[in-house]
Parts: sequence; C-alpha cells; structure tokens
Amino acid sequence: MKKLISPLDLTTQEIDQILDLADHIIDNPKAFAHKCDGKILATLFFEPSTRTRLSFESAMLSLGGQVLGFSSADSCSASKGESVADTARMAEGYADIIAMRHPKEGAAAVAAANVDCPLVNAGDGGHLHPTQTLTDLLTIHRLHGRLNNLTVGFCGDLKFGRTVHSLIRAMMRYTGIKFILVSPQELQLPDYILDEMKANGADFQVAERLEEVIGEMDILYMTRVQKERFFNEEDYIRLRDSYILDPEKMALAKSDMIVMHPLPRVNEISVAVDKDPRAAYFRQAKFGRYARMALIMKMLEVD
Amino acid sequence: MLNIDSLENGIVIDHIDAGKGMQIYQLLELDKLDCSVAVIRNARSSRDGRKDIIKIENRIDIDLDSLGFIDPTITVNIIENGQIVEKKHLSLPEKIVNVAKCKNPRCITSVEQELDQVFHLADRKKGIYRCAYCEQEYSK
Repeated sequence: MKKLISPLDLTTQEIDQILDLADHIIDNPKAFAHKCDGKILATLFFEPSTRTRLSFESAMLSLGGQVLGFSSADSCSASKGESVADTARMAEGYADIIAMRHPKEGAAAVAAANVDCPLVNAGDGGHLHPTQTLTDLLTIHRLHGRLNNLTVGFCGDLKFGRTVHSLIRAMMRYTGIKFILVSPQELQLPDYILDEMKANGADFQVAERLEEVIGEMDILYMTRVQKERFFNEEDYIRLRDSYILDPEKMALAKSDMIVMHPLPRVNEISVAVDKDPRAAYFRQAKFGRYARMALIMKMLEVD
Repeated sequence: MLNIDSLENGIVIDHIDAGKGMQIYQLLELDKLDCSVAVIRNARSSRDGRKDIIKIENRIDIDLDSLGFIDPTITVNIIENGQIVEKKHLSLPEKIVNVAKCKNPRCITSVEQELDQVFHLADRKKGIYRCAYCEQEYSK
C-alpha cells in the first residue's frame, strides 16, 4: 500500500493487520522505538490542525524517525502560488513518507498522483480523513474487542460530518452492525450515503431524539450540532438539548457503551460526562497515535 | 420542408435531444472543420417527437464518451457511398475528462485550474457522475 486517500482504500484484511500491529505497539512500545530509524515523515499541513499533526509527528518520533514540514499554507510556497502537485513533488525529495492536510477536497488525491513515495491523506477539507477512521476502528477494537455485532449510534451533525460518513462506510463492511442515526431533519445523512447503506443492505434506524434510542447502543459517536446549520432559531432551540450528552442521558445507556467523539468538543458533551468510565474520547485521541504508528510502519514496509 | 443534401461519405449524429445540437457542435469543435457541416434543429422524429441532427461531410474521430455523457440516446451513423455502414449506439461512459466542470467551491479544481476535470460514473441507473477529486455529484 503506497497511498491512503480514502478509508475504503484499505481492505478489511489490511485494517485487521494494522489493528493487530497497533495492539502489539500498545502492549510493548519500546520494541518499536527504532523501527523507523533514519526515516523522515513530511507533514504538509496547508491548514492548522492540533490532533492530527501532533499525532502524526508523535507517531513518527515514537518509531525513531524524524519529522519535517509546515503547519499552515502561509508558511509554505502555497502562499506564492505553488500547486499542490509541485509541493508534494518537492517534499518527496526530502522525506520517505508524506502526510498531507489541505482545506480543499481532493487535494490529497492530486498530490498522490504526482509522487512515488507513500502518502497519507491527513484530511482534505470536509471530504475524507482515513486516519481518523483508523483511529475510530482501533478505539472500537480495543474497547469492545470486536468490529462486528455492534449497535453503533451517531448523533448530531450527520450531514456535514466527514468522520461520520467515513466510519459508516468502513463499518458497513463488517457483519451484524446496526446503525442508529440521531439528528435533526436538517442534518440527516446525505442521500448518497443513505443510498449506499440501502444498497449494502445495512441495518439502520433514524431517530430524532437521543434519549429514546441511547439504551440500545454499544457505541455512541457524538458530533457537534452548530447553530448556523439550522434554518430557523425555533428548531435549534427545540432540538439543541437533545444533542447534548449529559449524565441524565448517560444514565439511560448500557453499562458498557462507549462514547466517542473526533474532537474538538465544544458543548455537545457535558464536562460532567468526562469522569464516566464510558467516556472514551480522550482515549480515542491517544489511540490515534498508535493507529498512525502502525500505518506508517505498514506504508514504509517496515517489519 | 427543409432539404439537406444526403451524405455520400461522412457522419450523421442522429437522435440528439432537441436543443442540444449546438452544444454538441461546440463540444466537438465542428466549427474548426473545413468540410460541410449541417446542424438541423427541431427535426420531426417518430421516436422522439423533435430531435436535432448533425451531418458532417467527412470521416472524423468523434469523442463518443463525451457524446454519450451529454446524451446517451444519440446514435452515430457512419456513411460510405451513401449507405450507413456502421451505426454506433452510445451509453454513459465510465469516465469523462474535461467535458464537465466541478461546481463544488471546496474542490481542489476550483483553485488549481490546470487540473483535468475528471468525473466517474457512480450510478448508471440514475446517470449520476461524481467528481474524481471531491466526489461531488455533477449537476448540470
């Protein structure tokens, strides 16, 4: 595997291999501390990012490799009008693997078509973010011990949430998955994702109120509902509390349900939930480092 | 009744949706040809009611993928010695390059204008194309 643009570029077998490797890394990180000695990761971040860039850098440093790059378009030649393709070609001369984030959708695919070295899409606008999906899958795998026979709830903005779309597409490939989609009408999944789910025979239920369905879920994947996405203030006021996770709603959930969130969280998960052992979002962020370590090793074909 | 000389040798693009004839004329850059080209608009058709027809008095290479994208019901007839020697039925192509433009303002093609505009057929039944870069559905 040389390029990772979409989560679906990975077969379920490849995902299993990456998750297995991540398990080994988590169990014995010291054994991997020199796996990428002498290797360089270029982080080409044309827009700011906290978690993704830091976790990529942490992953490479934890493998013994080194990191170079930039963290905004202002600090690279893009500000002088250089194309994505040219920036990627240049970086290939300085690094063994590239992780690229760009505000425009499809930018990583353009870069990937112009370099021979491994390249990972670290987010292209609101489009794809495969390492977030890998992180999500690793979190589920670690905390539930399986990727099948699960009821997965998604709550909040399902229309614009790229992490939601990617995780649904990835989870659809496993057996026994039931999806519960909780959102206001304005922010329901786009039709093309719903069509894909129907075409794949996915089991799914649409709901408007979290408290009515939270009890069925093994996983609750929260996203932020933004006021500006609503057509009118009345609907926002009517529905906003339904999309804020608080201890009262957690009391209705299973004892082994896990709460995930791609972060940053604003107010959609009350800080009172952080202490609940079922709150998995900070562990999820930490798993991002291990998922990326395993991915870097696989892409660099390091044993 | 309008009379257009029948072709001895050339190409007839038939069953064009009424009104799309000039779009195809421009797409195929037929204005650059030296030979005779006739665009017949609103011709009567037993199949379509009204249709456009283009007659080209020469054998040229035609981009059938582009034509199929614009209108898959078109037929392309190759004429030799006044006879139809080949009738090509079109279908929606799997991929089109530089025929349509992505309208998603967040797509990389909106800022990097030198990139090819590439669309893939995502749903043949519904005739839906998606941008190869951002996956946005093509809307005419």
